Amino acid sequence: MGLATAYLSLIVLLPLAALVWKAGQGGRTGFWAAVSDPQAVSALKLTLTVSVAVCLINAVMGTIVAWILVRDRFVGQGVVNAIVDLPFALPTIVAGLTLLALYGPNGPVGVNVAFSRAAVLLALLFVTLPFVIRTVQPVLLELDREMEEAAASLGAGPILRFRHVVFPNLFPAILSGVALAFARAIGEFGSVVLISGNLPFKTEVASVFIFGRIESGDPSGAAAVSVVILLISFGVLLGIGALRRWTTRHDRA
Amino acid sequence: MHKWVLRFLGLSYLGVLLAAPVGLVFWRTFEHGFGPAWDAVTTPDAKHALTLTVLIAAIVVPANTVFGVICALAIVRRRFPGKGLVNALVDLPLALSPVVVGLAFLLLYSRNGWFGNWLTDHGIQVVFALPGMILVTIFVSLPFVVREVVPVLREIGIEQEQAAATLGASPFQTFRRVTLPAIRWAIGYGVVLTMARSLGEFGAVSVVSGHIVGKTETMTLQVQDRFQAFDYVGAYAGSVVLALLAIGTLLVMSLFKPKEATR
Repeated sequence: MGLATAYLSLIVLLPLAALVWKAGQGGRTGFWAAVSDPQAVSALKLTLTVSVAVCLINAVMGTIVAWILVRDRFVGQGVVNAIVDLPFALPTIVAGLTLLALYGPNGPVGVNVAFSRAAVLLALLFVTLPFVIRTVQPVLLELDREMEEAAASLGAGPILRFRHVVFPNLFPAILSGVALAFARAIGEFGSVVLISGNLPFKTEVASVFIFGRIESGDPSGAAAVSVVILLISFGVLLGIGALRRWTTRHDRA
Repeated sequence: MHKWVLRFLGLSYLGVLLAAPVGLVFWRTFEHGFGPAWDAVTTPDAKHALTLTVLIAAIVVPANTVFGVICALAIVRRRFPGKGLVNALVDLPLALSPVVVGLAFLLLYSRNGWFGNWLTDHGIQVVFALPGMILVTIFVSLPFVVREVVPVLREIGIEQEQAAATLGASPFQTFRRVTLPAIRWAIGYGVVLTMARSLGEFGAVSVVSGHIVGKTETMTLQVQDRFQAFDYVGAYAGSVVLALLAIGTLLVMSLFKPKEATR
């Protein structure tokens, strides 16, 4: 068991310690100067705003896709179900390239989002697509249809049934999927790097900003913004853990 | 009525975001026939990138599989100091930006890093070389086997293991004859996920590799470099190879899934 702890310390803990140490090297003023740099603030702001938008879209579209995969029957459903996982398996750089091929300057449909904030949104939607679908799907599958039938027999229409019967049951799963998507979106790099153009103050996300600082030989600035991202990711993970314990509190009693 | 609206909404979302872009890249690759695409992925640099990518995966996957099983056993079966920390740290690579991972390793192993002087004195190069690329890939693909095996270990409980031990089996025999058969599908699933992640890692490798063509360039880095050099056929062809690997991963995963359900 010492082996597991040693491996983890060497691979995960030690590099992170170096990161935090580097960020704190300039003291509180140095750290603050690095994270309050206008370009850094702009990158962090864009990352957070787009990630929140991604979460909202995922919550709605992810639930709809999970719904048609569980409650609907149509030709090719198995194939659709299989390709939902593709963004998990596809390298992020390939994801960015495929979006750029279709929605870039040489795309066949005449839509060009390259180098715009819409491109960042599109890339993050692509890589976070499976999260909500895959957390909602199993819950929907196990959901007892009798509750909905009872509501229907009492005269509730489809919208009322969804709002008062289905949605409350799906809510923890949607939230957990959204949190995973948020954590992923905050740190995303590969899919964004080609399609966003990385324009400072416009389309530069936090990961790309950090990458730029590393390349230009400013590891302290890179480390400071990295620590901010690290804290957000860690917070989201703790939140997911707490949510999981809360939703399974009846199973463990 | 609402059934058709939902079906239309869901399927067009997947089509616009997923199927159409991926389909287009396949079409663009083979637009001018199979020849140019084949030539692009069989240049010496392309072959080197493929070999390097496979080599990294061949080291990372076994390392993380062995660690993953040991770590899962530790988390579920043992009590030891620092267990809470282990549990929290295992998940972290899933939520951390790959660029941040790359930076953290730079700060340790680059010339100005913590071990920089020692490594230079001993003539060992970690950053901008293979060892650094292996280390960051181990980091980013670390959680998959652990996360797949932990819930299965919890579910199977310890009664059979205790029975084996009572009948005189050594801990290793108990593991090989009782525990391993029960968790082998979970390990398989975790291995597939680990492999997919190590073959496709981009951000962290991009930071620590230095993008040296024919030396430290993996397939994903090559796709980016070719695209930025306006070699679109080369970039698309490389993407198709990676996409085919991804689709292969999905197929293997779907083979494991039903087995899991009947476990």
